[in-house]
Amino acid sequence: MNSMLNVSVSPHLRSETGTSSIMRDVAIALLPVCFFGVYNNGYRALIIILICVAAAVLTEFVFEKLVHRPVTIGDFSAVVTGMILAINLPATVPFWMPALGSVFAILIVKQLFGGLGQNFMNPALAARCFLLISFTSQMTNFVYDGVAGATPLAALKAGENVDLLQMFLGTHGGCIGETSVLAILVGAGYLLVRRVISIRIPGLYILSTLVFAVILNLVTGAGMPSGTYLLGQLFGGGLLIGAFFMATDYVTSPITRSGQVIYALLLGFLTALFRVVGKSAEGVSYAIIISNIIVPLIERVTVPKAFGQKRAKKGGVKA
Amino acid sequence: MNLKTFLRGIHLREEKELAENSAIRKVFPDGEMVYPLSQHIGAPAKPLVKPGDHVLMGQQIAEPGGVISAAICSSVSGTVKTIEPRMTVMGETRDAIVIENDGLYTPVEGFGTKRDYQSLSPEEIRTIIRDAGIVGMGGAGFSTAVKLTPKNAEKIDYLIINGAECEPYLTSDYRLMLERPEELIEGIRVMLRLFPSAHCVIGIEDNKPEAIKLLSDKLAGDSKISVQPLKTKYPQGGERMLIHAITGRDINSTMLPADAGCIVQNVATAIAVYQAVCCSTPLITRVMTISGDAVNTPCNLEVFIGVSHQAVMDAAGGLKGEPEKLLSGGPMMGTALFTLDIPVQKTSASILALSHDPVAANPSTPCIHCGRCVSACPELLVPQMLQVAADHDDFETFEKLHGMECIECGCCTAACPAHRTLTQSCKYGKASVNRLRREAKAAQKS
Repeated sequence: MNSMLNVSVSPHLRSETGTSSIMRDVAIALLPVCFFGVYNNGYRALIIILICVAAAVLTEFVFEKLVHRPVTIGDFSAVVTGMILAINLPATVPFWMPALGSVFAILIVKQLFGGLGQNFMNPALAARCFLLISFTSQMTNFVYDGVAGATPLAALKAGENVDLLQMFLGTHGGCIGETSVLAILVGAGYLLVRRVISIRIPGLYILSTLVFAVILNLVTGAGMPSGTYLLGQLFGGGLLIGAFFMATDYVTSPITRSGQVIYALLLGFLTALFRVVGKSAEGVSYAIIISNIIVPLIERVTVPKAFGQKRAKKGGVKA
Repeated sequence: MNLKTFLRGIHLREEKELAENSAIRKVFPDGEMVYPLSQHIGAPAKPLVKPGDHVLMGQQIAEPGGVISAAICSSVSGTVKTIEPRMTVMGETRDAIVIENDGLYTPVEGFGTKRDYQSLSPEEIRTIIRDAGIVGMGGAGFSTAVKLTPKNAEKIDYLIINGAECEPYLTSDYRLMLERPEELIEGIRVMLRLFPSAHCVIGIEDNKPEAIKLLSDKLAGDSKISVQPLKTKYPQGGERMLIHAITGRDINSTMLPADAGCIVQNVATAIAVYQAVCCSTPLITRVMTISGDAVNTPCNLEVFIGVSHQAVMDAAGGLKGEPEKLLSGGPMMGTALFTLDIPVQKTSASILALSHDPVAANPSTPCIHCGRCVSACPELLVPQMLQVAADHDDFETFEKLHGMECIECGCCTAACPAHRTLTQSCKYGKASVNRLRREAKAAQKS
C-alpha cells in the first residue's frame, strides 16, 4: 500500500441515483406530451419548446459564470424548467415570449433565490403566471386547425357540451402540452414506474379537485354536476399535467408525508375554487404557486413523531 | 415464508456472495499482541498485569473498570512487554496491554474444561460471562453480563438473537450459524436459564435461506426457541428495528430493550456465551469477514483478539492492487481505516478493502428536497431538516425534530441523490446536544 487511503464518516455507500438522473427521467417523461404538442400544433410548438429549453439553459450558464458559481447545467434541471414552461404556453405566442419566460424562470425565480433547491415556487409556473398577467390576450389565444376558439374547459364553464373522447386524445385547442390526457398518462406512468414520483400528491390532488368541485357546485347553488362535467374538469385544462409534473416538483412540495397530504388537498380546494367560483375557467397554475408559498408552513407543523415515541407516551409498552 | 420486517429502511446491494461460501478458517498469530483497555462501551478496563509478567492463554489481564465496562483476557501465552497508548480502530490512541506471543498457547488452569450449565445458578452464569470479558460482538460492544442483568429478569418474555447480518459484505454470523448451530443453540439455552418466562426467537434475513433451514430443522419441536425469517432490508439488525419486526413493540432512545420485555443478543455473542459457560473458554477469538473487491481471497477467518489487522489481511491472501478505502465493519456503519497497523478488538467484525470509494466519487450537491431520506429513515425522522438544523448549530431545533432518536444507520445518506452527508450532520448534532447536556449538568453541580 503506497497510496494514501480515503477516510470519511460512515456510511461509505452512495446512491446510484443522482440529481441529474432524476431530472433526466422527468425530461424523458415530458417527451410524449411534447411530441403530441408538436403533432397537434405544428412546427411552431417545436420552435417554442426549443427556445424555452435553450433560453433556460443559457440563462443558467451565463448567470453562474457571471457570479462565479459552479456551472450546474449538467444536472438537467434547467432543461426540465424550460420544457415545463413550453408545454404551458399556447402555440400562437410570439417567439420572444418563451425566451422572456425562461429568463424570468431561471434568473428571477431560481438563481436569485440561491439556485437549485432554493426556489420558493415552481420556476416554470411562476414564469407562466408572469406571462399570463403581462400578456393576457396572447397567452389565452388558442387556435386549433386555423380556427380561434374556446378551450373545452372554457366551453364547460359556459355550460356548453364537450367531446370527452376528443379531450382524452387531446385533439383540441389549449396549451402545447396540456391537451392530451393519453400522452400525459404515458409520461406519468413512466415517472411512477421509475419511482421518481409517488402517487400521493397527484392522486390526492386530482381526487380532491373533483370532490371540491362537486361541493362548490352544490354550495353555489349550481346543483349536482353531471358526469360529463366532472370528466371534463378532470381531462380539461392543466389539472393532469399540473398534478403529475408540477405539483410533484420536489423543491416546492412538502418533504413530510402528512404535509404532502395537506398540500394535495389544498391544491384540490384552490383549483376547484378558481375553476368553479372564479371568473376564469382555469386555476391550476395559480393553485400550485400559491400552495408552493405555503409549503414551509405546512412542513413546520407536520414534523412526524419519531419511531417509538407515540406508544411510549401512551405507556403502552410497559414490561 | 411468513416474513416480518420494520418500517422504511433501504435495499442495498448485498455483496455477500464474495465470502459467503468460504468456511471459517482459524489463523494463529505470532509476534506482538495488543489489547486496548477501551474496546467496549463504558469505563476502560483496569490492568491486572504489569510489564515483565508472564501470562497464559485465557488469563484475565484486565478487570472491568466500573459497572458498565468489561474484562479482557489474553488470547495467547507470553510476556507482557509494556502498557502504553496504541492506535485503535477508531483512529484514537488508547492505553493498551502489549504481550509478546511465545507461540506456545499454554492455557490457564481449567481452560477448556466442560461444564454443565444446568448445574449453575443464574448468578454463577452471569459471573462467568463477566469474567470472560464478553461484549456485544455485532459492533456496539456493550457488556453482555450487564445486558443479561436487567432489573426485571422475570418479566423478560423475549430473548431475540440477531442473525439478520444486514450490512453488505459481512458473512461471519452466517458462517457461524451454518457451521456451529449446536453451539449457538446451547448458548441460547444458557441465556434462557436467566429468563424463566422468556421465549427465544432467532431473527434471520431471508437472503440466508440455508441458515434458516438448518436452524429450523435443528429446532423442530423445541418449544422455547424458534426461527423467524425476516425480509432482507437494511437496517434489519438494528436493535429497535429487530424488536419491532419480531414483537411489534417499539422502543425509543430513552428506553432499553428490557423496558419492552426484550433482550437482544448477536449470534457471535451467543456462541461466546456457550464457549465461556460450557467450555470454560473466555472471549479470546472472533470470526471476521475479510472481503471487498480489493482483497485477493475474500474469506471468513477465526482470529485471535489482539492480532494486528495487517496480519489478518496477510492471512487472507493480502490486498489486490491499490485499494482506495479500507473499512473496519460494514460499509454502512463501519469505520474507515488509514492503516492496518492496529489491533483486532472484540467488536471487529470485518476488514473490507474497496478499490473504488463512492464517497470521494460523489461529492455533495444542493438538496433538491426529494424526500428520499424521509422514505429511508427507519426512525421516521426528517433527515433533511435535521441536517439544516445541525449545520447551523441550531441544536434546540435539532432536538425538537427528534434528532436524538437517530440511530446513525446511514440510510438517509445512502439514499440521497444529491449525495449529501446527512448522517454525518446528525452525528454532529447528537454529539453536540450530548456535550451541551453534560456542560449544563456540570454547571448545575458547581
